[in-house]
Amino acid sequence: MRDQIIAVTVLGDDRPGIVADVTGALADLHGNLEDSTMTLLRGHFAMVLLVRTGASAAAVEAALHFLSADGSLVINARVLGDPALSQIGGPSYALRVHGADRPGIVSTITAVVAHHGANIVDLGTRLVEGLYVLMAELQLPSEASAVGLGAELQGAADELGVEVRLSLIDDDLL
Amino acid sequence: MPELPAGTVRPVVRAPDPVLSTQGRDIDPTGAGTIELVAGLLATQVVSPGCVGLAAQQIGVAARVFSVDVSGHAKTRTCHGAFVLCNAEVVSATRKERGREGCMSVPDFTGDLARARRLVVRGQLPLTGEWVEITTDGFEAVALQHEIDHTDGLLFLDRVSGPHGIHPRRFYL
Repeated sequence: MRDQIIAVTVLGDDRPGIVADVTGALADLHGNLEDSTMTLLRGHFAMVLLVRTGASAAAVEAALHFLSADGSLVINARVLGDPALSQIGGPSYALRVHGADRPGIVSTITAVVAHHGANIVDLGTRLVEGLYVLMAELQLPSEASAVGLGAELQGAADELGVEVRLSLIDDDLL
Repeated sequence: MPELPAGTVRPVVRAPDPVLSTQGRDIDPTGAGTIELVAGLLATQVVSPGCVGLAAQQIGVAARVFSVDVSGHAKTRTCHGAFVLCNAEVVSATRKERGREGCMSVPDFTGDLARARRLVVRGQLPLTGEWVEITTDGFEAVALQHEIDHTDGLLFLDRVSGPHGIHPRRFYL
């Protein structure tokens, strides 16, 4: 079988050794790891990784079954097609939002972002003790589009009662 | 720094209280209200474990004044002891480095952000109103930038370097 990209998601109870166990099993399949991300979400292990392998998605899941058999982890594997190329090549902006937790902060803010044609390329949120924090990196169609986006974000944030800041990411490219 | 009267310990305000996001007003360093506010900052700072700085916003007043004291902190290099600055502003800030910060007003998070490690600030001393310029580095430079941000209504959350730069706090002092 021709090598293909398989996305593997791993969710569940955290413990030392999950990454080593998952990647060890994938190495045994002669899989080559590409992009990956892993974090703890309120103490729960969460990882997505892309592996290039000649094995099928079913074979990948079977190779990882020993980790999910006891129910502590949920593991899925699926074949990914070629990525659609992003049409947005404009500047990157940091979006920072924080305030009292309430339903709808993420949906309201990201709807404004989408309305302005900006693409979210990275996002994280945290909630502790009623304080909600959203951080995102956006790609905008142009620097000029930041003005309108910033104004509409401020209006949305005022209605939500949260603080919002949008700032150009100043790359130091060498 | 001029001798100040003993102050009253004040409760520390926590996010999302709106005062923490309010731009501070300029204050008269010689005014009676300012002296009482400054004494309160110092008194509250002294009794707060691990506190290396406290801004007026953190005790509920949107004003451009803060206290700093990084004495004895493991990361401190240059140290000017306990002092207060009114209406402070950054004159120059260079050699940015990334570090992890916490804040008494955001007690359950820490954040990764870049701050200058070489810093010159100017501000007025309480009581006399004398303008002073402070040149510092390392941890004291970070603390000063953090406090000046507070007086401008900014939290470290407003400067975190990326979507994965916020962390639940693991240790409390």
